[in-house]
Amino acid sequence: MSKSKIHWYKYAAPVNFYPLAGKIIPFFTGLTIILFAIGLYMSFFVAPVDFQQGHSYRIIFIHVPAAWMGMFLYVLLAIYAGIGWAFNARLASMMAKAIAPTGAIFTFISLVTGSLWGKPAWGVYWVWDARMTSTLILMFLYIGFISLQSSIDDTRRADRAGAVLALVGVINVPIIYFSVQWWNTLHQGATLTARSFKMAPSMLSAMFVLMGACWMYAIAIVLARVRLIIKERERDAPWLVEEVAA
Amino acid sequence: MHWNSLSEFINMGGYGAYVWGSYLVTFVLLTAEVIMLRARKRKLAQSAPGGEPVETHNAKLETAL
Repeated sequence: MSKSKIHWYKYAAPVNFYPLAGKIIPFFTGLTIILFAIGLYMSFFVAPVDFQQGHSYRIIFIHVPAAWMGMFLYVLLAIYAGIGWAFNARLASMMAKAIAPTGAIFTFISLVTGSLWGKPAWGVYWVWDARMTSTLILMFLYIGFISLQSSIDDTRRADRAGAVLALVGVINVPIIYFSVQWWNTLHQGATLTARSFKMAPSMLSAMFVLMGACWMYAIAIVLARVRLIIKERERDAPWLVEEVAA
Repeated sequence: MHWNSLSEFINMGGYGAYVWGSYLVTFVLLTAEVIMLRARKRKLAQSAPGGEPVETHNAKLETAL
């Protein structure tokens, strides 16, 4: 550790993290725009039409990345909330708080796009099958986390309460993931498995590029939000007064 | 290229409403997230650091987003 030129622990302190985050946000914003442009071009002009579903399948390029982001971000939120709770690391708790709205939005997008795909594919917008119900529960977990935190005035107590909810709720993520195997669902099975890709390579790459775009977007917006949270919570800290004045 | 005309592209083989609806919802929500974060940033900048926080009736809701 002592030989490393980068002192990782240094960035666990808001005083050092705040300017660092500010510097790297434009990089992720740029990547977001580039990847979205490439991904959308591939989704509509490169990926072929599906022989069964026609062009309606093109919803997959936004639906699958959004659904994955909803789950990944929840796990990330739970990890940060857990670290913030266990090690009393306030920046980790702030990260958890910053991730929640973005995770909720991606989960909501996956529910809406899924329902808009369900209508042409299955004839219904919504059924209470295991995949959809567990994703709806994920959405409620995000909303629960956000409302629980904002209902407690003492920020560190709010962080701890949020962490308990986040960590208990994390059990829902494997349930969502395996729901299509464990239960007989109307929702189709996994598009990607370790052994086989059930899609044309150009469809798959379009999906991966948009997946990357969503990640870059999430990183940029979460860093921007965590900077605001730092600013709100540590508004009386001398370093922040200097930082803002500079 | 699968499209011979713009109307064909918009029509999406009869699935235009579903496909464009999905992309529109995504675009609107992500844009709204960015706009709301910017508004929150502006509001925070107005209240000078070290001073009293600006309290509004829906401050709770805004800090959640």
